[in-house]
Amino acid sequence: MLEQLYFAMEVFLNGLMAGVLYALVALGFVLIFKASGIFNYAQGVMALFSALTLVGIMDGQVPFSHIINATFGTDIHHFGWHVPALFAIFGTVIVMVLFAWIVQRYIFRHLVGQEPIILFMATIGLAYFLEGVGDLMWGSEIKKLDVGLPQGINDTIDQVTYEMFGYGFFIDNLDIVATVVAVLLVIGLVIFAQYSKEGRAMRAVADDHQAALSVGVSLNFIWIMVWSVAGFVALVAGIMWGTKSGVQFSLSLIALKALPVLMLGGFTSIPGAIVGGLIIGVGEKLFEFFMSSSALAGELFGFTISATENWFAYVLALIFLVFRPQGLFGEKIIERV
Amino acid sequence: MKMKLPAMALSALMIASPVMADLVFPSLSYRTGPYAAGGIPFADGYADYFTMLNARDGGIGGVEARVLECETGYNTEKGVECYESTKGEGALVYQPLSTGITYQLIPKATADGIAIHSMGYGRTSAANGKVFSNVFNYPANYWNGASGAINYLMSQGDISGKKVALVYHNSAYGKEPIRTLEELSAKHGYDLTLIPVDHPGQEQKSQWLQIRREKPDYVIMYGWGVMNQVAVQEAANIRFNMENFIGIWWSGSENDVLPAGEKANGYKALTFHGVGDDFPVFDDIKEHVVDAGNAAGAGDQIGTVLYNRGLYAAMLAAEAVKTAQEIHGVADINAAQMRDGMEALEITEDKMAALGLPGFGPSFKVSCENHGGPGLVGMTQWDAAAKEWTLISDFSPSDMDLIQPLIDEDSMAYAAENKIEPSC
Amino acid sequence: MFYREAGDFKTSYTDDNQTFPIKFDRYRYYVVLAIAFGVIPFLINDYWANAFLLPFLIYSIAAIGLNILTGYCGQVSLGTGGFMAVGAYACYKLMTSFPDVNIFFHVIAAGGVTAIVCTAFGLPSLRIKGFYLAVATLAAQFFLVWLFNKVSWFYNYSASGQINAPERFVFGVPVTGANTDAWATYLFCLVFLTISAIIARNLTRGMQGRKWMAIRDMDIAAEIIGVNPMRAKLSAFAVSGFFIGISGALFFAVYLGAVEVGEVFGIQKSFLVLFMIIIGGLGSIFGSFAGAAFLVLLPVVLKLIGVDFLGWPTDIVAHFNLVIVGALIIVFLIAEPHGIAQLWRVAKEKLRLWPFPH
Repeated sequence: MLEQLYFAMEVFLNGLMAGVLYALVALGFVLIFKASGIFNYAQGVMALFSALTLVGIMDGQVPFSHIINATFGTDIHHFGWHVPALFAIFGTVIVMVLFAWIVQRYIFRHLVGQEPIILFMATIGLAYFLEGVGDLMWGSEIKKLDVGLPQGINDTIDQVTYEMFGYGFFIDNLDIVATVVAVLLVIGLVIFAQYSKEGRAMRAVADDHQAALSVGVSLNFIWIMVWSVAGFVALVAGIMWGTKSGVQFSLSLIALKALPVLMLGGFTSIPGAIVGGLIIGVGEKLFEFFMSSSALAGELFGFTISATENWFAYVLALIFLVFRPQGLFGEKIIERV
Repeated sequence: MKMKLPAMALSALMIASPVMADLVFPSLSYRTGPYAAGGIPFADGYADYFTMLNARDGGIGGVEARVLECETGYNTEKGVECYESTKGEGALVYQPLSTGITYQLIPKATADGIAIHSMGYGRTSAANGKVFSNVFNYPANYWNGASGAINYLMSQGDISGKKVALVYHNSAYGKEPIRTLEELSAKHGYDLTLIPVDHPGQEQKSQWLQIRREKPDYVIMYGWGVMNQVAVQEAANIRFNMENFIGIWWSGSENDVLPAGEKANGYKALTFHGVGDDFPVFDDIKEHVVDAGNAAGAGDQIGTVLYNRGLYAAMLAAEAVKTAQEIHGVADINAAQMRDGMEALEITEDKMAALGLPGFGPSFKVSCENHGGPGLVGMTQWDAAAKEWTLISDFSPSDMDLIQPLIDEDSMAYAAENKIEPSC
Repeated sequence: MFYREAGDFKTSYTDDNQTFPIKFDRYRYYVVLAIAFGVIPFLINDYWANAFLLPFLIYSIAAIGLNILTGYCGQVSLGTGGFMAVGAYACYKLMTSFPDVNIFFHVIAAGGVTAIVCTAFGLPSLRIKGFYLAVATLAAQFFLVWLFNKVSWFYNYSASGQINAPERFVFGVPVTGANTDAWATYLFCLVFLTISAIIARNLTRGMQGRKWMAIRDMDIAAEIIGVNPMRAKLSAFAVSGFFIGISGALFFAVYLGAVEVGEVFGIQKSFLVLFMIIIGGLGSIFGSFAGAAFLVLLPVVLKLIGVDFLGWPTDIVAHFNLVIVGALIIVFLIAEPHGIAQLWRVAKEKLRLWPFPH
C-alpha cells in the first residue's frame, strides 16, 4: 500500500513536469490572444517550424534544397558548416521575428475588426501554409535536435528518494530543465510586461486597443512584437519537445495538448496557463495511473480503461468550465445587451 | 453544384490519356504528413528498383515497368482517390502501405480483380488465400512477428514466469498482436501486460513509469510514427535494458533510433528482409539509377531499413511478374495474370543470389491456400556507434501451429460476414 | 435582368411562402436537380464517384449539419469528426444486428442516435460560450474516438478493431460492399443530400431557424424576447447531430466501406468540415454545398495540375498543396470573410442590375 503511495507521488511529480511542457505551448496562445484577440491555432506549427529552422541552421542545411534539386537537376544538400546552438537559436529568433512581421503585414492587418472565428480560421490557414513551407524548406524526414540539454533519469533524485522511501523516483533531467526554463520565461515575460515601456503598451493594447491607439501606441508594432514573442515561446517549446522526440511533423500536434490547458486556465491569463498546465499534467497522469492499475475499473466496465490521456484533459476542462465558464484566471465575462 | 462542369471537363481529359504497353506498379506513397519519415524511404526503394530494372534489363521480360506514384499522406480518403485514379491505367498490384487503406482496398480490388500485396501490414488473416483471393501478405505478417519475438526470447533463455509487456499503438494495427501474444502466453507461461499508447504518442511518461514500476523482463513494441522515437527515448531515460526491448518491423528503422543517439544502442527490431547496402544489387542501383541521376526522391535513403523494404517489395513484385510471364506465356501481362503469378511465386536462395540479393529475405513459396508464406522472421539490432542495423538471427519460423487456427478463424468470420465462398 | 423579382406575381400565400420565391432561383434549382438526378448518373464512372462526387455529397450533408449549429445557432463545434463516428458506428451496429431491415432506415436511425449523443454533448453549451465551447466540443471528439476504439462491442469484437460494411441492397441494387456501381452509390447519397437540404432549408427559414439566429446574434437579448435558449441550443445540437450522423453513416457504409475510427474520424475531419462552412459561408445552405465542393475538389485539381500535367514529384506537389490551400484560405478570408455564399449573393445583385448597373 505504501508502495502505491510512492508510485502515486512519482506520477504526481512527473505530471507536474509534463504540465510545465504543456504550459510552455499554452503560453504562446495566451500572449497572442491577450494582445489581439486572435486564437492562434498555428502555435503548434510555429513550434515545429522554429525547431526545423533551428536544426536546419545548426546543420547547415540548404533551405528548399529538394525543390532546387528537382528543378535544376543539381545535388546540393548542405552548406557544410555546423553552427553552435546558441548562434543558431539567435538566427532562428530572427527568422521568427521576420515571420511575425510577414504575418502582421500580409494577413492580420487586413483582418482587423473581423469576428474571432474568422481570425481563428485565418490562423488555421496560416498553419497549413507554414507546414507546407516548413516541409518544402527543410524536408520532412525526422531530425535529431541536440542543443546540449541533459536527458534521462536524474540520479540524484533517484538516490535521495531511494534512501528516504526505499523507492527511487524517476524524474527526467529534460523535464527539470524545462521547468527551470519555463519559470525563467514566465518571470521574464512578467517583468517585461510590467516594467518595460513596450510591455506597458502591450498591456494597454490588450485592455482596449482603440484607447491605446488614441494615446499614441503603435498597434502595428505591438502586434508584431507579440507575434515575435509568441514565436520565441514556440521556439522554446519546440526545443523541449524536439529534444524528446526528434523534430518532425507530429510536433505540430502539441497544440492539441495545450488547448485544454487554455480552457482551464483562461485564454487571457499567463499564470492561468501555468496553473492550468500543472493541473492538466497531474490530473491526466494520475487518472491514467489509477485507472490502469486498479482492478476496480476493470470489474466495473469489463475492460480496463487505459490510454486516456488524449481525452481526459478535455473532459476535465469541460467539467471545470461548466462551473466557471471563463476558466480559472480568465477575465469575468460580462454580457450586456 | 456549379462545380461539376470543370469536373466533367477534367474527367474527359482523364479518359483521353492513352494506355501504353507497360507494366504499371502504382505506389501509394506517403511522402508528406505525420508518417512521411517512414514513407519516403519505402517509396524511394520501390521506385528505384524498377528504374534499375528498366535501365539495366530493359524492363521485366522486355516490357518496361512504370511506377505510378500517388501521394496519400497516409490518409484513407486520398488512398481511395489514388486507387480509383490509377486502377484504370492497367495497375498490376497495389501496395496500400497503410492498414486503413488496405482494409478499404480489399473488397474494392477483389471486385476489380487486382492484386494487393500488403507486406508485413494490413489484414493478417488475408494470409488465407481461400477467402482472400486477391490479397497477399507474404513473407510475414503481424502475428508471425509476435510469435517470432517470443521465439527469439525463448532462444535467449527460459521465458516461463517472465514478464513481457506489449507497448502498442492504440489502433487496429497496434492491437493485432494481442491475441497471438495471449495464446502464446498460455502456451509458454509468461505474464503479458498490455500498455496502449494513444495516437500520436508524443507523451508516454505514464506508460514508461508503469514499465519502470512493474519491471517487465522484456518489452515488445508495436509502434508507428513519433511513438517509436519517444518510446525508445523514454526507455533509455528509465534505463531499460535495450537488449530486452524488441520492436516490430515498423518500429525498427533508422528514424526510430537516431533521435535517441547513443542510448538507443542494442535496441532490437524484427524484420523479414535484409538490412544494410552490402548486396551486389546496390552496385547496380548506384550505376544505373543514382549515377544516371534518376534516383527517386532526394536519393539519400539508399540502404536504410525502409528503403530496403521498398526494394524488397519491388523485387517480389518483379519476380511475380516473371512468374506470371512464364505461366501465361505473354510478356505484357494483365492484373489477373499478375495475381496468378503472385500465387505461384517461389523465392529461393538461388533466385535471390542471382538477383544480387543473396540472403536478403527468407525463402518461401506462395500457394493458393496460403498467401502469407511460411512466416519466417529475423531479428536485427541497432549499433548506435556505427549507426547501422545488423541482422543477428536467421530468418526462423514462427509458431504457425498456433497462428494458422487464428488466421482460419478470423478469415472464416470475414467470409461468413461477406458471404464469400472459400475457393481452392 | 436575369435575376429579378419584378414581374413575378404571387396570387396566394402558398406561392409567397414557397422555398424559392424568385422564378430564376426556382428554375435554377429544378435544373440542378434534373442534372443531378437525370444526367450525372449516366455519365458517372468509378473515379469521379469516389474521388469527387461521393465525398462532395457526404461532406455537404455534414456541412449542412454543422452550419445549422455554427452558422445559424452560433455554437462553434469542433466535435464533428466524433459525431460522424457515432453515425458510422451506429449504422454498423444496426446493419449487423438487423440485416433484414433496409439500409435506408439504418442510416436514418444512425442519424437519430447521433442526434441524441450530440444533444448530450451540447448540454455544456448552456454555460460555456464562444471559443471555450469550441474547445469543449473537442472533449466529445477525443472521448468518442477513444470509446469506439476501446470498447470492442462497437466493432463486434473483430480482431482488428476495424468495421466493415457488409453488402446491403436498395431495390435489389447493392449500395454498400464491394460490388457497387458508381451510379447507385451516387444516387443513394444524393437522395439523402436532397432530403437533408430541403429539411434544413425549411427549418432555417421557419420559426425554429429564427430562434436559432436570435440566439446566435445575441443570446441574452433573445432570451428576453422569449426564446428559450436551452430549447433553441439543444434543438440545434440535435438537428445538427442528425445530419452529421447521416453523413457519418454514409461516409462509412457507402463511401469507404471500412473504417478505423482514429484514422478516419479524427480531429482533422472536424476541422475540415468547419473549413467547409466558413469558406462556403456561415448561415447559408448554399454555402455548405459550395464549401464542400471547393475543399473536396481543390486538392484533386491541384494534384491533377501538378502531377499529371506538370509532372512534378508527388511530394513537392503535396507540400505545395498545403501551401496553396493555406494561402487560399487566408486570401479568401481577407477578400470575402463571409464565404462563397456571399460572393454568390453579390453576383445575384449584379445580375439583377445587369446590363445597366447604374
